[in-house]
Amino acid sequence: MVAVQDRPELQQRAWDAVASVVDPEIPVLTIADLGVLRHVAVAGDRVEVAITPTYSGCPAMNMIALEIELALAREGFPNARVRTVLSPAWTTDWMSEEGRRKLKDYGIAPPEPKSSRRALFGVQQVKCPQCGSADTELLSEFGSTSCKALWRCKSCREPFDYFKCH
Amino acid sequence: MTVSNIQVSETPLVLYTLRRADDALVLGHRLSEWCGHAPILEEDMALANMGLDLLGQARELYSYAARVEGRDNDEDKLAYLRDVRQYRNLLLLEQPNGDFARTMVRQLFYSAFADLYWRAMMKSSDATLAAIAAKSEKESAYHLRHSSEWIIRLGDGTEESHARSQAAIDHLWAFTGEMFAVDEPERSLIDKGIVIDPAGLRPLWLKTISGVIAEATLTLPTNDWMQQGGRSGRHSEHLGHLLSELQYMQRSFPGLTW
Repeated sequence: MVAVQDRPELQQRAWDAVASVVDPEIPVLTIADLGVLRHVAVAGDRVEVAITPTYSGCPAMNMIALEIELALAREGFPNARVRTVLSPAWTTDWMSEEGRRKLKDYGIAPPEPKSSRRALFGVQQVKCPQCGSADTELLSEFGSTSCKALWRCKSCREPFDYFKCH
Repeated sequence: MTVSNIQVSETPLVLYTLRRADDALVLGHRLSEWCGHAPILEEDMALANMGLDLLGQARELYSYAARVEGRDNDEDKLAYLRDVRQYRNLLLLEQPNGDFARTMVRQLFYSAFADLYWRAMMKSSDATLAAIAAKSEKESAYHLRHSSEWIIRLGDGTEESHARSQAAIDHLWAFTGEMFAVDEPERSLIDKGIVIDPAGLRPLWLKTISGVIAEATLTLPTNDWMQQGGRSGRHSEHLGHLLSELQYMQRSFPGLTW
């Protein structure tokens, strides 16, 4: 068995393969952008991957785990194990800056950083990802996936998804 | 063909975890019954989303209960192969959806509790329960906000929506006491600091729902006689019907997988 520290390039290759897996619901975001990928470790011919769900019931988790195994197999790691960890709990603060930018370009308003319970119960201000106007309104607190809400811009009249803060 | 029920060794921690898992599964299933039937499309999505959160919580809790028990049970067996008398959920959560007001009052009563409960449980000395709590409290907070807004809209809405909401509150009130009840097995976990004492949450819970209900121009009943039994498997007639649907596949085609 080759110690991991002796083979940093192997570790990097496994990480790169896993980090390139995209969220099946938001295909512009990788699981690394999203902050769902927590850990990749190569030990001998085995790869251990840890991911965390955005929401408890997120149905994309099974799909993501499968995609990770396929991505690793393509890179020559047929022996992968994906486990789910809950702690520390995912919040929108785990999303990278790059992830926020990609979301906005895709037409989904990114979550405000440093969200808190106060933000959840207070007045929310969400900028339209299309025209940038702050004159927006909530249409539905629950959107097309568990992690999104549906909003509408009152300036350009476009409806848009908002990645829920939490 | 018949499928026999599994046996579960209900040590205090297994029992505790099963109770919370059953709460989440049964309420999640009730919410899923609205799928395709909600008054508006947005609400259809909301109810299904909340149901999905609860289903996710249930899976984590069942898996943990199975690990603690350490026999050959797993999340699926615990959900599909226990009969009514083996279910440990709160009576409140198995009550039929009724009209939309009744579904929302049930959601308000429970999520106002779950929000406080899971937040307090984040301090549990049990790392897995603390992690599940940290996940669940965020979701519960969202459910609480959603149901609060609906109750205010319904209560302070038309004569009809007001009357239906008040009827729902009066009907479901007697099922709220069970959320705060503690029995012997749970007391032993509380004494060890593994779980929190829910009784201490009642004043804050009452304050939360009183605020919403007052703003909705509705009133809370003064009657304090409370119904109990779910935690020890004595259920209303409604749970058996719910389980017959939920468990149909595994009971009819044992071991079926996708």
